Amino acid sequence: MSEPGRNGSGDGASVLLRGGRVVDPSQDLDAKVDLLVENGRVARLGEALAADQEIEVVDVDGLVVVPGLIELRAQLGEPGFEQRETLRTGLAAAAAGGYTGLGALPATEPPVDTRSVVEMLRAEAARHATARLHPIAALSRRLAGEELTEMGELAEAGAVAVGDGARPQRDAALLRRALQYASHFDLPVFCRATDPQLDRGGVMHEGEQSTRLGLRGQPRISEESVVARDVLLAEDTRGRYHLAPVSTRGAVEQMRRAKERGLRVSCDVTPMHLLLTDEAVATGGFSTALRVDPPLRTADDVEALLEACADGTIDAITGEHRPHHADEKADVQFSVAPPGVSALETTVSVCLDRLVGRGFLSLARLVELLSTGPARILGVDGGSLAVGSVADVTLLDLEREVTIEPRAFRSLGRSTPFAGWTLRGAPVGTYLAGRHIAGRRIAGRRVDLP
Amino acid sequence: MTEPTGDVVWRHKDLLGIAGLDATEIQLILDTAESFLEVARRPIKKVPTLRGRTVLNLFFEPSTRTRSSFELAEKRLSADSLNFSGSGSALSKGETLIDTARNLQAMSPDLVVVRHQDPGVPHLLAQRLEAGVVNAGDGAHEHPTQALLDAFTILQHKQRLDGLTVAIVGDIDHSRVVRSNIHLLTTMGATVRIAGPRTLMPVAIERMGVTVHYSLDEAIADADVVMMLRVQLERQQRGLFPSNREYFRLFGLTEERLRRAADDAIVMHPGPMNRGVEIDSAVADGPTSVILDQVANGVAVRMAILYLLMVARKEAA
Repeated sequence: MSEPGRNGSGDGASVLLRGGRVVDPSQDLDAKVDLLVENGRVARLGEALAADQEIEVVDVDGLVVVPGLIELRAQLGEPGFEQRETLRTGLAAAAAGGYTGLGALPATEPPVDTRSVVEMLRAEAARHATARLHPIAALSRRLAGEELTEMGELAEAGAVAVGDGARPQRDAALLRRALQYASHFDLPVFCRATDPQLDRGGVMHEGEQSTRLGLRGQPRISEESVVARDVLLAEDTRGRYHLAPVSTRGAVEQMRRAKERGLRVSCDVTPMHLLLTDEAVATGGFSTALRVDPPLRTADDVEALLEACADGTIDAITGEHRPHHADEKADVQFSVAPPGVSALETTVSVCLDRLVGRGFLSLARLVELLSTGPARILGVDGGSLAVGSVADVTLLDLEREVTIEPRAFRSLGRSTPFAGWTLRGAPVGTYLAGRHIAGRRIAGRRVDLP
Repeated sequence: MTEPTGDVVWRHKDLLGIAGLDATEIQLILDTAESFLEVARRPIKKVPTLRGRTVLNLFFEPSTRTRSSFELAEKRLSADSLNFSGSGSALSKGETLIDTARNLQAMSPDLVVVRHQDPGVPHLLAQRLEAGVVNAGDGAHEHPTQALLDAFTILQHKQRLDGLTVAIVGDIDHSRVVRSNIHLLTTMGATVRIAGPRTLMPVAIERMGVTVHYSLDEAIADADVVMMLRVQLERQQRGLFPSNREYFRLFGLTEERLRRAADDAIVMHPGPMNRGVEIDSAVADGPTSVILDQVANGVAVRMAILYLLMVARKEAA
């Protein structure tokens, strides 16, 4: 971390990143070129760029330079649940994890349902200046699923999307009004699609494994029936609907068809749902790190989700960061553990190794899912290194080997299904408007992990 | 009695389930139980096997039958046992399971017998405790000692498990007994048929190596063993089937329907029974019923398990 206290989004810095491989899907670029940043904006891309003598030159030979990664949605704990995560630890974890921006979900106490909470979050986040915070406001007051929030005022205050976090919308009429009303402000409506009555208190995917383990199952029809309803509502309202996340083959196929019909819909997926199945709950000896929402599905779903990541049906990958204190997550049995994991410091390496390294996705496609896609959904700056864009940059080292070590997290959350995994590929630094934020800062040399 | 000794090999610290045990290990428990059954026939039903050893019985969920069976097994083995039950203050609600485990560890028990409404609780305790852990029922997951005593009872009457056809009928979804029985019986070579209403049938259970039937008559046709499961009142209240009356009409075992089973079929029930819901009294109390044998055998089987776990711990020490 360097120069805390300065807001990176303000006056930008200038820097020349020399010798890196720039991968920017927004301009279909994958080439070894220099990146010149002036006053926080991308000024030029090209071979052997010369710098003013004033400008700091960083040798990034051997590294990949990509548009700053954006965590589409993460639940932090402040205000109200600071034992789980504060803004400071959450944003520091994001920066360490290679992110320059983060959509912050509204399930705090009080929830993000008024202008004043949005303003407080933005002001607090600016003090830390480690990653940009994009508030996602509540769709309903108190997240209660009954009355709409004042979306106009929330948008004015800086909210970039609305949604009730992990709480599903039971009331179709409310969701319909939300899709209609949010469209005045061009806000996407984030929805967790599940039917609590069909879930019957389920704690894992309903299937062979839940049967074997005697754990209550959440059937796939629970997600798929709600996605079907939601897609119809999106069509009816022409609103911007974002499914967060998609976890079954049936649901992702519905999203594919909805997109083919030209609806304004998008969806995200987590690395857990791309890499793990419900069998992990059995082999993992009821580990609460595998208690996630939606539950881990089956190999068939994984196959469908990977395809949908590659073909563009899925717009973004989110870590689904939802940290908990060890007292509530690690020291209890599976059925009572709250769903959610700490993901900000694992997602990028997991994706580089298991998705790109194993050939499921191209590097450019992964960058699209982790940067360009989230920027487009949230409607925020970033996601591109085209000339004139804000110079939010992430540096990746595709060769660096890392082992996921929860005790070393900056996040207060320590629960992750990836603990102990050794992975090739890691974020090694971030720049916010040209200002160096994360990674060791050695001018003229390659940037190293802190 | 001659204590089972010699080349007894038991390599587990805990008994968490039947899943994971092989046929040799299951056979070892059943053979050991045979030796302990003899103790119950003596005027003085006590052996010094576990003298000086401490066993904690930890019942987070109400249980009369299983808890007393374990207690009796412990007393007959001369162990010092201590009981904690869910309603008591010892297992207060604010405490996490790991707190409970730490507190138990501080008492240095040799064995912990645990029943809990949530699957995996014995596994979590086993990870955190030095003591051996015996699963006395975890949610709808496993109830290994019940499956073992069922197998022991079947053996008494049939002298074999291999090649038998066993029909298990009732609320399959919520039953830990059925899961442990499926593991055990299929491992030992029996054919298992499962029957009950679809609303009480867990998805994909056929992948556990059983055939699924939605008709009682079909399931018990020519079966050697008919095992009826308890239907809990709350299932009906939660709308999983419309009424006890209709349940009995469709899945209740009567003398007449039992005629479809093999001529020498036996009828089992893990208890407690709902007479007139899943089983007619004439069957429950009739000549084919071995329900009380199950209870008697439960003590011997649990003695065998406690003994084997202590032997393993002795070897490890």
